[in-house]
Amino acid sequence: MIDYNSVFRDTAREIKPSGIRKFFDIAAEMDDIISLSVGEPDFLTPWHIRKAAIQTLEKGKTRYSANKGMSELCEEITKYYSRRFSLEYDPVTEAMVTVGGSEAIDIAIRTLVNSGDEVIIPEPCFVCYSPIAQLMGGVCVPIETRAEDDFKLTAEQLRAAITPKTKLLILPYPNNPTGAVMRAADLEAVAEVLRGTDIMVLSDEIYAELTYGGEQHVSIASIDGMRERTIVVNGFSKAYSMTGWRLGFVLAPSPVIEIMNKIHQYAIMCSPTTSQYAAIEALRNGDEGVADMRNDYDMRRKFIVNGFREMGFECMLPGGAFYVFPCIKSSGLSSAEFCTRLILFHKVAIVPGDAFGACGEGFVRVSYAYSLSHITEALTRIKRFVDDDLGLSLPQK
Amino acid sequence: MDKLLSLLSENPRLTNSQLSVMLDTTEEEVERRIADFEKNSVICGYSSVINWDKVPGSEKVTALIELKVTPRRDSGYEAVADEILSFPEVESMYLMSGGYDLAVYVTGKTFQDIAMFVATRLAPIDSVISTATHFMLKKYKENGVRLEGETPDERSPLF
Repeated sequence: MIDYNSVFRDTAREIKPSGIRKFFDIAAEMDDIISLSVGEPDFLTPWHIRKAAIQTLEKGKTRYSANKGMSELCEEITKYYSRRFSLEYDPVTEAMVTVGGSEAIDIAIRTLVNSGDEVIIPEPCFVCYSPIAQLMGGVCVPIETRAEDDFKLTAEQLRAAITPKTKLLILPYPNNPTGAVMRAADLEAVAEVLRGTDIMVLSDEIYAELTYGGEQHVSIASIDGMRERTIVVNGFSKAYSMTGWRLGFVLAPSPVIEIMNKIHQYAIMCSPTTSQYAAIEALRNGDEGVADMRNDYDMRRKFIVNGFREMGFECMLPGGAFYVFPCIKSSGLSSAEFCTRLILFHKVAIVPGDAFGACGEGFVRVSYAYSLSHITEALTRIKRFVDDDLGLSLPQK
Repeated sequence: MDKLLSLLSENPRLTNSQLSVMLDTTEEEVERRIADFEKNSVICGYSSVINWDKVPGSEKVTALIELKVTPRRDSGYEAVADEILSFPEVESMYLMSGGYDLAVYVTGKTFQDIAMFVATRLAPIDSVISTATHFMLKKYKENGVRLEGETPDERSPLF
């Protein structure tokens, strides 16, 4: 009998399974669960995008594409970043298409991180950065962003975390799970710390289209001196409701793209062709659909924040993504206890904040990628939990 | 599109307070705007989409009746339309382009009720030239609402 413990790479065995997954094994066993837990849009991919993909299938356009993606798509991507975020990239040498933002993150980290290099990761954040960095032998340096800073990364915190071994800063804004955004002034302060160093930045901008209140997303690459050190990662999943199409992209200086594309070509060959055709249509004619979805999210965002505040929880009005991150410390329960009791006794699934980093303890992630009637029902159940089970008389804010 | 109207048309049970939160305005402003919409017949009524077939003893029969009518010299279709829509059996009614003039949706307790209504109330009206009655066999969707078999949420909670 083979001893599996002896065959695995140490780091592969040691990285932790996602905390979100662990929690949802409970949910999978139960009926009548009402969930506010998912991280993908409830809207379907707009029909014009699906239709464009179907047409290419009908014509039999199902070959491999160029490794770095179709030139037509790379061109649309660079035009899109110029139009929406005032950033200019060369479609031939500074853009590439990946299998979702996830692959882009993976190969960016594989391109940069040597054994022993330090990777600074502001937490709470999406769960994939640390494990990938660890697989490369990197050392993760988490920064605990704070509710009183609206979960933004501050220049002081960054400065304190930097050592001679620092290789990479992950900048995951708009943020999953907190909904925090970094405005131009916040980014300028961060840039001031980085200028003159060799520290690279991975700017995960997957929620860039989902910012609210009129202020648009700003990419750190557009801040003075930052373009040369920034790898912009984005994709089609969140903005265009194209999660299952698995399509993302990278914009970065040409030497970076060259190495990333080399890894991509050995690991992936090329992104799915049908998805690439769909993405061309999305970028050419999708702006209006994105605006409609953003409008809907915006109203739900205010609705759900108000719901939690009325129950007495502190809850930041998030500037982006589609999550709220209320503080549940006043319940006297840990995040895991709060979520477990809520799902077992009131059948509402939300995610404990510590699944996104230790400093998420005391918070829960609640998704509003659901219809208003669904959100209303879930909030009613949560209120019953607070009133009856917790017996709380939380202060009314 | 007006955000208040589109919210109300999809979620008529939202309170004014909930609406005001989503629209960044006050409860009083929402109340005032709704009153205006009602006064100007922009909002014409509030109703629930009910699948009566699922309520024992309340089953209903619905028919679409195509009417060909002669417009009147002075009032066109309006007077005859007004005469027909006054019957409580008429649930909805539309003036149509194409092969007939008025589409009349009628509900009754039984097929017989509707047959009698057509024979004794609609057909005898002077302007009515012909009627064609189509009984509905099954309702799939009404007012934008799917009546049965909600699509399950296939999203995975993991991401």
